[in-house]
Amino acid sequence: MEANTQLQKKSSTKNKDAEKNKNISKALENNKSNFPDVVLDVKNICKTYQSKNGEIEALKNIKFNVKKGEYISIIGPSGCGKSTLLSIIAGLEDKTSGEVIVNGKIGYMLQKDNLLEWRTIYKNVLLGLEIQKANTDENKKYALELLKKYGLYEFKDKYPMQLSGGMRQRVALIRTLAIRPKILLLDEAFSALDAQTRLMVTEDIYKILKEENITALMVTHDISEAISMSDRIVVLSQRPSTVKNIYTIDFEIQNRSPLICRENPKFSEYFNIIWKELEKYGKAAEKQKNQK
Amino acid sequence: MEKQQKNKKIKSNKLEHKLINETTQETPSISENRKKYLKKVKIRKISIFVTQISILIIFIVAWELLARYGILDSFITSQPSRILNTFLNLSNNDLLNHLRITLIETLTGFSLGTILGVVIAIILWWSPFISKVSEPFLVVLNSLPKIALGPVIIIWVGAGMPAIIVMALAISLIVTILDILNGLINTDKEKIKMAETFNANKLQILTKIVIPANISTLFNTLKVNIGLSLVGVISGEFLVSKGGLGYLIVYGGQVFKLDLVMTSVIILGIVAALMYEVIEILRKIFVK
Repeated sequence: MEANTQLQKKSSTKNKDAEKNKNISKALENNKSNFPDVVLDVKNICKTYQSKNGEIEALKNIKFNVKKGEYISIIGPSGCGKSTLLSIIAGLEDKTSGEVIVNGKIGYMLQKDNLLEWRTIYKNVLLGLEIQKANTDENKKYALELLKKYGLYEFKDKYPMQLSGGMRQRVALIRTLAIRPKILLLDEAFSALDAQTRLMVTEDIYKILKEENITALMVTHDISEAISMSDRIVVLSQRPSTVKNIYTIDFEIQNRSPLICRENPKFSEYFNIIWKELEKYGKAAEKQKNQK
Repeated sequence: MEKQQKNKKIKSNKLEHKLINETTQETPSISENRKKYLKKVKIRKISIFVTQISILIIFIVAWELLARYGILDSFITSQPSRILNTFLNLSNNDLLNHLRITLIETLTGFSLGTILGVVIAIILWWSPFISKVSEPFLVVLNSLPKIALGPVIIIWVGAGMPAIIVMALAISLIVTILDILNGLINTDKEKIKMAETFNANKLQILTKIVIPANISTLFNTLKVNIGLSLVGVISGEFLVSKGGLGYLIVYGGQVFKLDLVMTSVIILGIVAALMYEVIEILRKIFVK
């Protein structure tokens, strides 16, 4: 992880790039927005694939930032490189140019829960800690506490096969939370679930993230899901992808949750705006329409 | 919109029901129909077993009677009672010693084949370059009838036990490498990516994901290997050797001691079945 933190202030366009960690508190005082400090800063990311048939430009000058406590969604037509972008942010894939500045540990959630069927639930939760050689007694205790807190303690010695899809996804989340990430990347994390379970699981996971005060960056192709969960939505265009628009989603309600947001009259307004925007980019929007 | 939401809620209730049913499955209340069904399953299982045993008994009895009344020439076909006699006089025929030799050779060839095969498969998994380079060689070696290498092996390692073990190894090794490698390569990519999201290095991916995911592949390969190792050992014993069941079979055939040949074949069958069973038991312990 990069040690230095960078803060981007909305108020001043002149950049104050290279601020160090110690300056955060100072910045907090200066900045009066709701989310004062930037946890993730994506700067002019470009990605070009090399293949036998030539070059493919996937991402072009992607830039946005994520502030502490925010829930950001990235949405765009299928095949636009959304998942690639997340992989680059997590350091799983190389970028062609640009810079990613992360302040804190990254957690990552994939489409499938990927629980290891030969391990018990508890052992599955410890996997991340084991890999990072951080399976100290203290961290193990923390993992157990998380299991307890989210109603999985009694299943800790069961195997993944014995759990329902929703519970498995929750275990996958706890496995990630056990390494105490500051920011969570969700890569289509709910799209492997059936429609009903999906609604329940998004509600569930949203609440856990808020409870644990974790910043989230989610990639999805589901407009409703993006609107119901996010504070801001980054809309990407077709390949080569650029940031077309960043929408601020504000339902003006305290303690929002995805299901409550779905019932809000503003929901369909947001939906129409974003849908129309995406429709311009073709097929992906068409799929959404069928889903509706 | 509202209607949809309601529908969804109803459906989600149903889903919860489903979940509850799934979790309570461990202690099912037994209904009449269930009892009937279970009984039917049990009867079918028993009748299959009884039929199998009967076929075996009828075969043996018919063989014995046909030989006893001279319809079959027991000089050529042998006879169950004579086989049993040979079997009971194991020590006279030195059968036990031959069995011991074959077992040692088989187990050595089998263990070497498995260990070397797994190690080489892991190396090939680790380095896609080496894997690509060795691919055509492996394909040719795999389709080559290894028995053709017999004379070469004898010249290289000398007639005797080492040659037989090498023979068993030659027959089982390539298949092991290819089977295990295939399993390793086809490990769920998403699971590997999951480990990578925790910054796992390649060794950790190997030990925490790839190897545990392939335990059942390993046991399937072991089962195939036991058979292949026996093939290697017996054909090796046909070629060289002064001991072992393969030697006994060849010797018995040459001096027309069909009792000895048949007894050896039956013992070989029992040995193969027992080894298979041991692996199956191990598999049940290790694979959940």
